[in-house]
Amino acid sequence: MMKHLLKVTSNTEIARNIFEMKLTGPGVGSMTASGQFLHVSVGNHTSKLLRRPLSICDVDFEREEVTLLYRAQGDGTKQLSEKQTGEVVDVLGPLGNGFDIDEVDVKRSALLIGGGIGVPPLYYLGKQLKNVGVEVTFILGYQSFEDSFYVDKFKEIGETIVTTVDGSLGIKGFVTDAMERSLVEAPVIYSVGPAVMLKAVEEKAGILDGFLSLEERMGCGIGACFACVCPTETRKSGYVKICSDGPVFKMGEVVL
Amino acid sequence: MSRLSVSLPGLNMKNPILPASGCFGFGKEYAKWYDLSLLGGITIKAATLDGRFGNRTPRVAETESGMLNAIGLQNPGVVNIIENELPALKPYNIPILANIAGSTEEEYIEVTRQISASPLVSAVELNISCPNVKKGGIQFGTHYKSAAELTRKVKNASEKPVYVKLSPNVSNITEMAQAVEDAGADGLSMINTLVGMKLDWRTGNPILANKTGGLSGPAIKPVAIRMIYEVSQKVSVPIIGMGGVSTAEDVLEMMSAGASAVAVGTANFVNPFVCPEIIEKLPELLDEIGVGNISEMTGRSFKQWKTPLSSR
Repeated sequence: MMKHLLKVTSNTEIARNIFEMKLTGPGVGSMTASGQFLHVSVGNHTSKLLRRPLSICDVDFEREEVTLLYRAQGDGTKQLSEKQTGEVVDVLGPLGNGFDIDEVDVKRSALLIGGGIGVPPLYYLGKQLKNVGVEVTFILGYQSFEDSFYVDKFKEIGETIVTTVDGSLGIKGFVTDAMERSLVEAPVIYSVGPAVMLKAVEEKAGILDGFLSLEERMGCGIGACFACVCPTETRKSGYVKICSDGPVFKMGEVVL
Repeated sequence: MSRLSVSLPGLNMKNPILPASGCFGFGKEYAKWYDLSLLGGITIKAATLDGRFGNRTPRVAETESGMLNAIGLQNPGVVNIIENELPALKPYNIPILANIAGSTEEEYIEVTRQISASPLVSAVELNISCPNVKKGGIQFGTHYKSAAELTRKVKNASEKPVYVKLSPNVSNITEMAQAVEDAGADGLSMINTLVGMKLDWRTGNPILANKTGGLSGPAIKPVAIRMIYEVSQKVSVPIIGMGGVSTAEDVLEMMSAGASAVAVGTANFVNPFVCPEIIEKLPELLDEIGVGNISEMTGRSFKQWKTPLSSR
């Protein structure tokens, strides 16, 4: 079944309030698609009831280890950040539909654009695209230098452009301010971040093909509670469920 | 009959556990996780006459030992539910309790007429307690005259027994319960969510796009227990208890308060397997307290002085 009890192998702060948690155990082997998420229980199910949807950032199949990055912002994720090595974390997943990497012709390049805590799944995606021979460029947007993470790791996969709102690292501005130059080769676009950013990316991308992964507060995570819906004009129902129809959608498929 | 079976109007259940409306969709998502025929029954998501999109997001916010939701009765409409959703539940051969909602009396009546005619529907749950829609819902459920009148009309339109789902957002739930019982309700479902609100302290803005939402989860269980305890002593129709139930112990507590069956809501989001896990554990707990059949638990809190369990 898709419910797993995974053991914490490390849980460390890698940037301001950003934690990298590594979990190991049976079940990791099924986490093959980038863009999917784990629905993670943070506490003992009493005070903090709901699970947190966290994107898969990386998977090491040999060590049976999955990496999740999250921001410790509220009480729940702060509790998660206090988990010690050896403690067990209850996760559902992998859930949702991940990125479709078969759509990219190997001759084409890919532009991966992430903002803030939307950045992590692009790491797993970038590795997978590189493995099939696609040339990958990243544009990663953070608030400031102190909030940035994984930049050197992304550079190992492909060209990495960083933007910060305050200009303390890379280009001062938003991810869209750095897109222009990278659009020349008509890459396939993959983007993860808050809806406002995705909307701006979609507008900037114009007619290019691409995929967007949406963030939303979720309830069940499996499509039953209708908490995380998004309007669409491309389906008869008029909506999609982000958790089970997504979180990844083709560009233009949903109304942001 | 097994020791877990319970019998309520229209609902012959092999155990007293059913998922609560709105927390289980129309079942198909959870059918991927376990065999739904293990359940005592299933309450499907509220049906309205036409499809509804519901409220803007965010629609959920976590609170201490609970959560707020403001989905807004999103559903594909009664015809779609009858044609596309109900048939998928047929193979599980469990009673289906169909929750119905509307903006007007006419809508409630028409939805009831259509859905209660489906051979797959065992009973109707009249939702007069949804706090998250502007028209209908809780409007009918907070004035006992309008609740009674709607109950009477829905009962007349229904081919199946009618359970009225009561709102806790009233000053006197017992009066409400008696009013709908007098109007012909075959049973009660209680409680729906409590209206609540959560703000982002940094911005002052509500977390939910709808601003307010319905509070559910373990935080509301004591309220549900108290209300079921009071109401069950004043009415003669059976009660489907709900409100924060997450464990087998909670189920027996709620039955002791007066419930004849128990619905599990928010806990399904926490643990998709919670219903079968509760069902599996119930016999063990009954053994521990020396109770033979689970139906004996109903109303034990106020009945125990008449027939003390210790005298068995």
